[in-house]
Amino acid sequence: MTFPVLTALVLVPLVGAIVTALVPAARTAKLTAIGFSLVSLALTIVAALQFELGGPLYQLTEQVSWVAPFGVYWSLGLSGISLALIALTAVATPIVLGAMWNEADASGRSVKAFYALVLVLQAMTVGAFLSTDVLLFYILFEAMLIPMYFLIGVYGGDKRQYAAMKFLLYNLFGGLLMLAAVIGLYLQAPAGERSFLLADLVALDIDATTQNWLFLGFMIAFAIKAPLWPLHTWLPDAATEATPSQAAYLSGVVDKVGTFGMVALVLPLFPDATQTFAPVVVTLAVISILYGGLLAIGQTDIKRIIAFSSISHFGVIVLGIFALTSQGTGGSTFYMVSHGLSTTALFLVAGMMIARRGSRQLADFGGLQKPAPILAGFLLVAGLSGLAMPGLATFVSEFLVLVGTFGRYQVAAALATFGIVLAALYILIMYQRTMTGPTTPETENTPDLRGREVLVVAPLFVLLIALGVAPAPLLDPINDSTRQTLEVVGVSDPEPVFAAEGGDE
Amino acid sequence: MIAVQDFVAPTIDIGAVLPIVVVLGAAIIGVLVDAFAPANRRAVVNASLSAVAATVAFGWTIAQVGGSAVVTFNGAVVIDGPALFAQAAIALFTLLSVLLYTERRLDPAGDPFTPSGAVIPGGEVERVLTLQKVQQTEVYPLTLFASGGMMIFVASNDLLTMFVALEVLSLPLYLLSSLARRKRLLSQEAGMKYFLLGAFASGFFLYGAALVYGATGSLNLAQIDAGVSGRVGVDSLLLVGMGMLAVGLLFKISAVPFQFWTPDVYQGAPTPVTAFMAAATKTAAVVALMRLLYVGLGGLVEDWTILLWVIAAVTMLLGSVLALTQTDVKRMLAYSSIAHAGFLLVGIVAADENGTAAVLFYLLAYGIATIGAFAVVTLVRDAGGEATHLSQWAGLGRRSPVLASVFALFLLSFAGIPLTSGFIGKLTVFSAAFDAGQGALVIIGLVSSAIAAFFYVRVIVLMFFSDPAEGGAAVGVPSAGTTAVITATALITVLLGVVPGPVLELAQMASEFVR
Repeated sequence: MTFPVLTALVLVPLVGAIVTALVPAARTAKLTAIGFSLVSLALTIVAALQFELGGPLYQLTEQVSWVAPFGVYWSLGLSGISLALIALTAVATPIVLGAMWNEADASGRSVKAFYALVLVLQAMTVGAFLSTDVLLFYILFEAMLIPMYFLIGVYGGDKRQYAAMKFLLYNLFGGLLMLAAVIGLYLQAPAGERSFLLADLVALDIDATTQNWLFLGFMIAFAIKAPLWPLHTWLPDAATEATPSQAAYLSGVVDKVGTFGMVALVLPLFPDATQTFAPVVVTLAVISILYGGLLAIGQTDIKRIIAFSSISHFGVIVLGIFALTSQGTGGSTFYMVSHGLSTTALFLVAGMMIARRGSRQLADFGGLQKPAPILAGFLLVAGLSGLAMPGLATFVSEFLVLVGTFGRYQVAAALATFGIVLAALYILIMYQRTMTGPTTPETENTPDLRGREVLVVAPLFVLLIALGVAPAPLLDPINDSTRQTLEVVGVSDPEPVFAAEGGDE
Repeated sequence: MIAVQDFVAPTIDIGAVLPIVVVLGAAIIGVLVDAFAPANRRAVVNASLSAVAATVAFGWTIAQVGGSAVVTFNGAVVIDGPALFAQAAIALFTLLSVLLYTERRLDPAGDPFTPSGAVIPGGEVERVLTLQKVQQTEVYPLTLFASGGMMIFVASNDLLTMFVALEVLSLPLYLLSSLARRKRLLSQEAGMKYFLLGAFASGFFLYGAALVYGATGSLNLAQIDAGVSGRVGVDSLLLVGMGMLAVGLLFKISAVPFQFWTPDVYQGAPTPVTAFMAAATKTAAVVALMRLLYVGLGGLVEDWTILLWVIAAVTMLLGSVLALTQTDVKRMLAYSSIAHAGFLLVGIVAADENGTAAVLFYLLAYGIATIGAFAVVTLVRDAGGEATHLSQWAGLGRRSPVLASVFALFLLSFAGIPLTSGFIGKLTVFSAAFDAGQGALVIIGLVSSAIAAFFYVRVIVLMFFSDPAEGGAAVGVPSAGTTAVITATALITVLLGVVPGPVLELAQMASEFVR
């Protein structure tokens, strides 16, 4: 029997959480948690090296019967899409754990629980990315709300109870709708042959009306998780009240489960309904892009700016997925990773800035680039990655999404382009108000980033630039999987609009 | 009219009814212990006797599940899968509750029961009896009588046996409800209310039995079924009879609109007794209701499906909504118990073996979590006894994180969050109902779950996110019994959520009612 590397990817953070909770000293607990997250990173690299391009959609599969009477399996598989996302999780977790070094102490509450909960969250998120059993996915999708809820509710800001409650109720509501759809989907098979295995469920032939209902059940849950207008209102509150590293982890990594669910579950499970509803979803995505961008411009709270920018970017991701072209869907998956890196960087650097001043309000800052040039530099690059500056990974992904969408929905793609203009506005306004101009008596002695802080965030920037220059190592497995997924959906790329001038392909 | 026949002694399969005999026998011995054993030994002897009897009954019944069904006592008692599963669950609940009865460290005055139920609350006699550490050990045999009654209730195959069992289980509960050591008036009011309303419900049941007898000519469920199938046209006598029988049982389940007693009784009764009632009575009444409907009134399935559909929907919604407004932990758990009655009815409406298996699993999962939750309630105290006002629970997670986490676990299980037993329970019940074509009811169930989740989560918010309030509660140090109960119930709640397979299989083996 080969080493079950995927199960290990789920179990290592879980074991890490238990050990972290048990070690006596807070400092040891922090180091233990970071140690376990580095083991996860190593395991992810091991899994990535075993992934074969051009192989089957799900590789390194493991399957053990879990609840036999119901046909539930502990069933894991690695696709190019899940590979990209577990890689993002594996990279982001140690960074976030490092960045929250002081946050836990500042809260005055249990430091060990803080670190342990993040590791539990990592285990559940990775499990959701890897699971090829729909009930297993659902269980992890729902259960991950609990650690996140406690993280926000215990360690967050002044209005943390309200934010945590809103976060939980929105997501729980979506989850229950999804549960109804999961049960409904499971019962489509004749009695005696039922199972929750993704492969079995994809093979079902479901009539159009039922498919539409089931599609809605899944899609609403995912549209709440990866907030899509008009189901987004929990994110600004949650991200603002959470500590910066929690906000980074929430919108950078955990919320990707929603968009992942759209690509990996909704598309293959409900191919007909996907095509039926695609124009509606595309419209909502465009609204999200513009609405998120416009509201980000109007915010005065730095964390709210980043939260609304995330809503705008999630709109781009959803737009690309439902464009149902290889460039659009593949580009979206790539965007999930680059947005994860970019948002994490933005939240963490902004968090370091906020911690120095003790305020989240734009008006309280000004002229920081004189006393803290390194901080200014990092914020600028993180911001530029948010507005998809060429040379950074976000540019590649946003470009792919727009190109892919244009083939099918020209108007939507054109409108979405304005999202980039809006992004330039809110990012540069934020940078201008905080970093440029004269210093105030409160800001003139702001200390610059320390070595540890630079060390923590630097890998994010290295990756953003590396993937911007050479996206292939990540893009190839993604395209491999999205192509196979789109074959299941049964759509082919539209003919190029200007066929005579057809470019590279 | 039935001709007068020669009396034929009933054939009795003693092996099949052994658990009932053991429990009721132990109850009678318990009464004798109370009469003859020295005062300082009674509690120990009676508690051990009850625990042993419950353990034996549990072991015996659980070993029989999956075997062939036995009809005995001339068809009055049937020991089939659902009966055995329910008896095992009731025996387990009895054991856990009795362990809670033995708690003597939390309250400086002694165990959770008043030294004498008959003296004036707060009076001189009570004070003296308390000082002398007088104990009322009758609670143990009373509980065993109730438990034995429940075990007959789930196995009774004719309406008269069912009625007798209903009374045998109810009367001790009325008494037990009024024996709390603290807040005596509230407790006496609870007992009185429960008795008056319960007697009323029993009256309904008896009248219903008479009408059904009039319509079908028999009290035996199998013969009633034959009578129902053979009827011509609409028989109003039968329908009214069915409705009245259902009222009697729905009262015990605390389904809306027969739920009014539940919050008052759950609040006033001694908490270990509340735990026992909430878990065991619900199990007994749900299984008896299923037997009555499936075995006896299967021919009226279209009529009672509509009835139960409406009651299930209203019970889930009302239970969840009213729970939102509660400020007392025990009352909140009572409304949660009402909401869960609704979820159970969803499984009953499914009316097939999947539904039965789902309901049996749900009963076990709910009962265990309920006993655990009430056990935690007994630990959170102030000077006046248990501190049940929710405001006193603020910041509990800061002061005793382990206990608060365990209580949060039970609440999450009630809310049906994955990786707890409650999720698997809801999943099985809803999927059975969905499969039986009750999609709309499942949607209502999910909406209620969302509402219910709100108030469970509210308590978690209070415990973990709020700072401790002035005049808040302290957490007592329990004795081994309570500690064991909390540990065991928490473990089972997680185990049934993570590896539910074996118990689900057991429930499926036990899902066939014998006609």
